Order: sequence, then structure tokens, then C-alpha cells
Amino acid sequence: MNFEWSWTLTWEIMPRLLWATANTLLAAGAGYAIALVGGLIFALAQRAALGPVRWAVREFVEFIRSTPLVLQIFFVFYVAPQFGMQLSPWTSGLLAIGLHYSAYLSEVYRGGLEAVPRGQWEACRAINMSARDTYFRIIIPQALVPAVPGMGNYLVGILKDTPMLSVIGVMELMHAANSIGSEHYRYLEPFTLVGLIFFLISLPTAGLIKLLERRLRLGLGL
Amino acid sequence: MVRFMNVNKSYGKLNVIEQLNFDVAEGEMVSIIGPSGSGKTTVLRTLMTLETINDGVIYVEGKPLTHMAKGGALVPADERYLRRMRTSIGMCFQSFNLFPHMTALQNCMEGPVQVLGLSKKEARERSEELLHMVGMIDKRDQHPSRLSGGQQQRVAIARALAMRPKVMLFDEVTSALDPEVIGEVTNVIRKLVTEHNLTMLMVTHQMGFARDISDRVCFFFGGKIEEQGTPSELFGNPQRERTKQFLSAVKEAI
Amino acid sequence: MPIWEFLQRYSSVVMHGTWVTCLQFLLAALVAVSIALVIGIGKLSANPLIRGACVVYIELFRGTSLLVQLYWIFFVLPLFGITLPNFTAGFISVGLNYGAYGAELVRGAIQAVPRGQWEAATALSMSPFARMRRIILPQAIAIMLPPWGNLLIELLKGTALVSLISVTDLMFQAKQINASTYLSAQAFGTALIIYYLFARGLITPSMRWAEHAVARRLGRS
Repeated sequence: MNFEWSWTLTWEIMPRLLWATANTLLAAGAGYAIALVGGLIFALAQRAALGPVRWAVREFVEFIRSTPLVLQIFFVFYVAPQFGMQLSPWTSGLLAIGLHYSAYLSEVYRGGLEAVPRGQWEACRAINMSARDTYFRIIIPQALVPAVPGMGNYLVGILKDTPMLSVIGVMELMHAANSIGSEHYRYLEPFTLVGLIFFLISLPTAGLIKLLERRLRLGLGL
Repeated sequence: MVRFMNVNKSYGKLNVIEQLNFDVAEGEMVSIIGPSGSGKTTVLRTLMTLETINDGVIYVEGKPLTHMAKGGALVPADERYLRRMRTSIGMCFQSFNLFPHMTALQNCMEGPVQVLGLSKKEARERSEELLHMVGMIDKRDQHPSRLSGGQQQRVAIARALAMRPKVMLFDEVTSALDPEVIGEVTNVIRKLVTEHNLTMLMVTHQMGFARDISDRVCFFFGGKIEEQGTPSELFGNPQRERTKQFLSAVKEAI
Repeated sequence: MPIWEFLQRYSSVVMHGTWVTCLQFLLAALVAVSIALVIGIGKLSANPLIRGACVVYIELFRGTSLLVQLYWIFFVLPLFGITLPNFTAGFISVGLNYGAYGAELVRGAIQAVPRGQWEAATALSMSPFARMRRIILPQAIAIMLPPWGNLLIELLKGTALVSLISVTDLMFQAKQINASTYLSAQAFGTALIIYYLFARGLITPSMRWAEHAVARRLGRS
């Protein structure tokens, strides 16, 4: 057994890991931004669009949600060039992870919208509000509160799924840990540190989301 | 003021309103009573355009509500036309439906500002006056979650009135309330009847109240008006068997 | 290459991969359910030590990433004298990870059983163990089955990661075929469709059936 922790190695590899952490955060942030918008498009398409479109979007969302993200990452990375699109690892990775979480967020949005009681729509009708005002002034503010926990969960979720981007060579934390491991023939320190870094990011993020939800609830007087 | 002509409404095979012909004159207070499932609430909901009708025409102030004239024929109305027509109608609901993220005052100002385009100042004055009238001026800055059912319903009445409707619809506005606060809501409606010349349609389970304040009472059964008349006619001397049965069943419950 | 020719040539490899994915799924699900029950009930324990240990377990496995856990168990655990073959390391990691999520479902469902049921069982002077097993769990299972359906689909998707420690599952075979033939669309497309059919054609209907069966046992349908 040789599980003696090497502090020398720890300090040696720390800068590289921190640099990779920045990349991980960037990937999670950019992927989440794509998902926030993509999810809204999917959700609204399922409310507003014509029957066949609605059905197609629904099936597409189901398909994305029930197949592995890592496989989708490979698919985008290797299949896009066959259609003449040369995508960098970063682009295809963000596209895949953004699309994947768009499907999840569209469900969160849908749930939030459906949680607003029918009476709210009717009251808007009774004071003769336009559809736009109804959505933006009455429905969406109320839909946001029940949606925040779900949105927060998927923010943490997307962060924890970024290691999968290492399989196509995105230089995030897992990728860095892997190369450190093979250079030094030591996996204890890099993998443990990566786990620790994830833990230290995701735990406070989850706490912040709880705080935000409470703030929002209070702010809206609910 | 309001006229239903041969109106039909059905959900699948179930006919909720059947060949309804029904007039309400300007300034009239009409109560609609009847057993549940008799279509009385649906009458109000079609008038507010919350439900579409399958057949027939509804007129408000002589103009068709859900249809517009186009090349000599009546075609189903578009959203713009509906929105113009809707301005003359206001409605209060059984479950209040106040906007939970707005204070009482904001609830009342929302329509005047966003829909009628009033300035904030005008809307505030109008809303405060109405909140004063319904006795809720002290609570103007409270959110609905901090108000009792009776208080919420009074704010909802003020919110509807702030749009200056010509026709007010009350859909079982006291049904969700605790018995001891029903009075504060009925008093507001009573005040409206005596002090304002509003056309009002009210669906209610409170026979005594309907008897007190209505110009006319309609008894609905099976999607039709089974019998109608002045309160003293209908309550004092009902003609139809079904009306008698219903009224005696209600009396026993009390 | 047309898809039917592709399927003809590679069907045996794909089938083998699917079979391995099946095994990984079943074994990981078994681990996850067992862990979820133990940790989920433990988190409700009156003993603060047990409760604390369960909280640590849940936060640890939910707070770090599945891929990190998989690599740690496969590459680092041997340093502590625990060497697992890649197949075992694969389903154990997946099971441990989703067990943490499942534990929260178990806890939530148990807490959702009405208070009166606990009191009625106590009033019959049932032992805590009998109360849990005979009264609370049967009702809690009915509550937690629908979210477990979703979790099991997440778990199936999670098993695709075991290919990264060279377990020869469906994902692994798709990668192999892609590497040797460059038929990316066919290889990855076929795998995607098989995963989809597995999830929506097998897991979802089985869980529906289980929900009905449980509802029937509780006399609710």
C-alpha cells in the first residue's frame, strides 16, 4: 500500500488544476446560458406551436433526456464534420451539453408555467390584458418562483457533467487530472483534488440557490 | 344591454347551455340561481369570453360579442375585436384570483395602467377611491396572502370596478368564504346596487341575498331558464315543479 | 454505408455491448436501491451520529461528479489495497452515486406518509422496525415510485461512463466501431437509439406496471 499523500506534488499541480477549474466554470456557465435560452424555446414551442411541431419538439426533448450525454457529445463531435461542419472540441462540447440541458430546463419552465393557477389567466382576461402583458407581468413572475429550485439543480448538474467534455479533449478539470496522472504515475492527488474542487464549488452553489429562492419569494410577497 | 340569442354551449356530448335566449336591461340586477351543473356559471364565463360558444350570438350594447360583421356576414371575432368588446365587462370570481405578487393597490392599478393606459397618478387615485369604497383602503399595501378571504374578495371587486365596466359579473363570490365574512362582501354589492347604475349579473347560492337586491331572478335548470321573475314572484309564488323542488330543498338546508 | 448493411456487419458487437449495458444497469440499480433504502432511512434516524453519516454520504456523492467518483474508485482505491476489476468498479460507482440521489427520494417519501399512520402504528404498540416495514414503507413506496422511474433512466445514462474505464458496454462498442471505421453517424446513432428504446421501451413501461401493481396492493385501483 502506498497511499501516502504527497504535498510536494499537491503544490506542484495546484496551479494547473486551478487553471483548469476556470475552464470548467467557463464550460458550465456557457453551457448553462445556451440551456436557459434553448429550454425557453423548447417550452414555448410546446405551448404555442401547431400540433405536429408540438409533437416533434416533445419527442425530441424526450429523446435527449433519455440518452447519455457522453454519447451525445461524441455524436456531435464526430458526426458534425460528416455534414461539413468542423467544430472544435469546445464548440461541439458546449453545443451538446447546452442542448442536453435545454431539454431539462424546458421541463422546468413548463412545470413552472403549469403551476400558475388557471384563475390567474382568467383574471387577466377579465381586466382585458394583452397576451404579452399577461405573460410578462402576471404569469412569468409567478412561474419563476417554483422554477428556481429546478433551475438551480440543473446549474449544479451541468457543472458536475462538464468532466464528460474531457473525452473529446476539452481542457477542463478532469482532463487536467488525467494528464497529470499519466505524467506522474500518481492518481491519488489529482483525482482527490478534483473531487474536492467540485465539492467546494457545488455545495455553496446549492446554498446560494436556496437563498435566492427565499429572496425571490419574499420580494414578490408570496 | 346584454342579449343571448339561441346560444348553445357543449363539452363534447354534454350540453351546458341549450338554446338560451336571455336579455338583461341597462342598470338591471339579475340573479341566477339553480342546482350545480345547471350551466349558470357558464353563462357568465361565456359573457366574459373565458369560454367560447358553439352556436348563437351574444350581444353587448347591441354589438355582437364573439362575432364581428364582415362583408354583411358575422364571422368569429379576432383578438383585437374581443379586447375592445371586453372593456365593457368586468368579473369577480369565486376564488378571487388576485395577483399574488402585487399589493392590493397594485392589483387595482394594474388594469387601468397597462390596459387603459392611464397615468400612474390617475390610476392610483381611482384605485384608492374604490378601495375606500370597499373598505380596504387601510390594507392597500398588503399582499393578498396577508388578507382574509372576505378582504381579498373586496379587493377583487375594486380591481374589477377600476376598469369602469358597464356590466359586472359576480360568479359565486361568497361561496369560498367563511360564513362570518360573507356579510362584508354582500354589503359592498348592495352598495353598488343602490348607489351606482351598473348592469349586474350574479350567480349565487344565497337565496336571501338574491331576493333582497335583485330586480329579477332566473332559475336555471339543465342549461335553460326554467323560470324567471321578480324576487317576490319567483320566491313567493313559483310556478314550475322544478323551481318549487329546488327552493324547498334549499330551505331545508337552512 | 447504408444502415442495414452496417447493422448486419456489426450486429453481434452491438448486441454484446447492449448485453453488457443491461448487466451494468441491473447491478448498478440493485446497488443504488439498497444504498438508497439504508441511507434514506438512516437520515431519519434519531441518532445524530447515524444521521450525520448519512448526510455526509449523500452530500459527498451528490457534490462531486460521477466521473470523478468512477476514476477515483478505479484508479485510486487500489492504492488502499482494494483493487476492483473494471466491470465491478463500473456498476459499483454508478450504484453508489445514484444511491445518494435515491436516498433523498426515500427520505422524502417516508416523510410524506401522513403523521397519523405513524401514530396509529405506535398506538398498536408495533416495534419501530415492524412499523417501518409493515405500515410506513408500503405507503412510501407508492409515493416514491414515479420519481424512481426518472432516476433509473438517469442511472442507465450514467452507465455509459463505465466505457471510459474500458468496460465493453454499448457506448464502448460504438466508440470502437467509430475508431476503426469512421462510420460515426451509424455507430453513435445506433447506440443513441438503443439507449432510447431501453429507457422508453423497457424502463418507463416497467415502472408504470410497478406503480399499478403497488396501487392495487394498496387497494387504490
